[in-house]
Amino acid sequence: MKRIGSIEEFEELRERIKRSRRPDQQRITISDGTCCRAYGSLPVVKAFQEELQQRGLQDQVEVKATGCHGFCDIEPIVIVDPGGVLYQRVKADDVPDIIDHMMQNNGAVERLLHVDPATGQRVTYEHEVPFYRKQRRELFQVSRWIDPTNIDDYIALGGYSALAKALSSMEPEEVIEAVKKSGLRGRGGGGFPTGRKWASCREAPGDIRYVICNADEGDPGAYMDRGLLEGNPHSILEGMIIGAYAVGAHVGYVYVRHEYPLAVHNVGIAIEQAREVGLLGQDILGSGFDFDIEIRRGGGAFVCGESSALMRSLEGDVGEPHPKYVHATEKGLWDSPTVLNNVETWANAPLIINRGWEWFASIGTEGSKGTKIFSLVGKINATGLVEVPMGITLREIIYDIGGGIPDGKKFKAVQTGGPSGGCLPEGLLDLPVDFDELSKAGSMMGSGGMIVMDETTCMVDLARYFLNFLREESCGKCVPCREGIERSLEILNRICDGEGTPEDIPLLEELAEFLQGFALCALGRTAPNPVLSTLRYFRDEYEAHIFDKKCPAGVCRALIEYYIDPEACTGCGACVRPCPEGAISGEKKQPHTIDVELCIKCGACRDTCRFDAVHVR
Amino acid sequence: METGVLALSLVEGIENVLDRHHHDRTAIIAILQDIQDEVNCLPEDALRYVSCALGIPLSKVCSLATFYKAFSLQPRGRHVINVCLGTACHVRGAVRVLEAVERNLGIRAGDTDENLQFTLETVNCLGACALGPIVVIDGEYHGQMTSARAEALLKRVKARDAS
Repeated sequence: MKRIGSIEEFEELRERIKRSRRPDQQRITISDGTCCRAYGSLPVVKAFQEELQQRGLQDQVEVKATGCHGFCDIEPIVIVDPGGVLYQRVKADDVPDIIDHMMQNNGAVERLLHVDPATGQRVTYEHEVPFYRKQRRELFQVSRWIDPTNIDDYIALGGYSALAKALSSMEPEEVIEAVKKSGLRGRGGGGFPTGRKWASCREAPGDIRYVICNADEGDPGAYMDRGLLEGNPHSILEGMIIGAYAVGAHVGYVYVRHEYPLAVHNVGIAIEQAREVGLLGQDILGSGFDFDIEIRRGGGAFVCGESSALMRSLEGDVGEPHPKYVHATEKGLWDSPTVLNNVETWANAPLIINRGWEWFASIGTEGSKGTKIFSLVGKINATGLVEVPMGITLREIIYDIGGGIPDGKKFKAVQTGGPSGGCLPEGLLDLPVDFDELSKAGSMMGSGGMIVMDETTCMVDLARYFLNFLREESCGKCVPCREGIERSLEILNRICDGEGTPEDIPLLEELAEFLQGFALCALGRTAPNPVLSTLRYFRDEYEAHIFDKKCPAGVCRALIEYYIDPEACTGCGACVRPCPEGAISGEKKQPHTIDVELCIKCGACRDTCRFDAVHVR
Repeated sequence: METGVLALSLVEGIENVLDRHHHDRTAIIAILQDIQDEVNCLPEDALRYVSCALGIPLSKVCSLATFYKAFSLQPRGRHVINVCLGTACHVRGAVRVLEAVERNLGIRAGDTDENLQFTLETVNCLGACALGPIVVIDGEYHGQMTSARAEALLKRVKARDAS
């Protein structure tokens, strides 16, 4: 393709691409992100391609593999257009039926339709799916329509029009003003006003500037950024080019976590294609502005999601954070003024430029504008990536979108903000999703991980889980973090082992204060949050562990006992063999028993039992 | 770790990687990643070679190789098993799954068995939370794992190897 040299030429290219596409094109769209592939989407894509080829329909029906659509629980998702019939959990064997119904135009394959959990009725079309109804998918909706490895799809939908608008009709300062007025705050967890960050960078002295995309999404349970990187990489590139234009940078980096190979792959292709068209490189669209982007992979270190550690990693060093007396917008990468923003933050920039800051500011609350993508996971009926307007309540997300708690269990808590965040109990379900509201309640927005828990989760064990995670990931440079987390973890381990003492809780609180006040970076400073928030809302569980030597949720090994309910046990003996210690015995068809002296509480018997006869006390 | 004369193929492999990155010192992490992708680990000799070639002190190269979890200084087994310990999987019982795998293979997370057949690693979220707990073997995802299903899975893998 010849490199485009002006905005007029680019718009002509867009028109050409649009004209070459039939509005009534028959198309089969398959969700094919990393999570979709984990659920078997690749064989489905292949099966469609082969079956259509066999039937001689390959020129008539388009097969489009896209990124994740967000509704992970029912992936692989297949959508048939025109019309938008949506099929769930599709397997390769289902392909001939789907094509039959599509070509004969006689309804849908009933067994593959999604069932509305509230009504029990099947829904046929994508827009009827209740999971999507309360969402506002400004960013995510695009993924459903585009092949991330084909820039034409993005352009046909209006992609890079924000860039064209910025380059042709806005001064850099006007771009910054628009982002400022929109109220966009960083989506990586910090929530810093983006416009202000860009302005600081522009105003800082120096000739060289950098823009960086932080794609080192490390919070366990959070994969929103991956969804965007894989499914719509151009939205991020476009945002970065706009940002670079605004602050005066000519080099940009996308720092992608090591564990995201498909994201690296798709972003790489997007960069290549953008260069070919002339959207990256020298004299972009004839504007005189030069800018190019490189991908760098992370090395598997959570701490490199911290901005100063990330920059050290880009410089070829270990990811040890620096105290931020001087902000990165003044001295960042290689001591030059640098803007580092999260994936989702960058992806919002083109929307703000295209639709105007007023539109963006009209969504959300006073202090938190726009939409936010969350990964709704854990003990929830509908797992997936949900995009909602700021200000929606946790209850609406968990119950109206997520469908509530499975297996008839009771909601216990929702954790947001990853290892820096906190747990919120049932009493706070009507809290609106808002940076400041969540912080006031003892948690934080974080990058978007939202883990739902039920009565079988032990909150003390959960606090321990996060501290253990941070202990592994701490860079080890500063004493408060290195020693503080280690000692806090020791205390929690003792509590979970039944060796807690009354002095432990005040000691944990003292250590928390120390970490919050003196740790060098946000990893250490926010490390106490899971402990503090669980102490705040679930103190009774700590006290049960310490004073009664009991784990009410039935999780902490040293404090529980497995037993078999003689009323429920049928004596089938299925649990006997899986027991690694041979602790289960009994006559055939007679209730079995567990020898607690031998039992190591591995749970194999409970997993195997089909009669729900194995319990924990 | 044994050191000695570097196999010619290893030298060639490293030189290719260095060329691809234009011998750029700041790309050291990417260079080490590419070497590990080719050799399946970072042997000491490779670290020494890179240190010399790029003029980076060996202590620094070792510091990088041990700081970033993506790097393995020990050779890895034929099958790499990843157990996800992300929060969603944890809440669904991933610890019990990990323990079952550890018991079955006789190794702890982070280790490789002496026959170099299995390497067991944990990962802090694969982002496939809808099917958690997840175990990945050689890139293949297995969801909704329990300790019993983990045992069955390992049995199948070992049987395939034996046949």
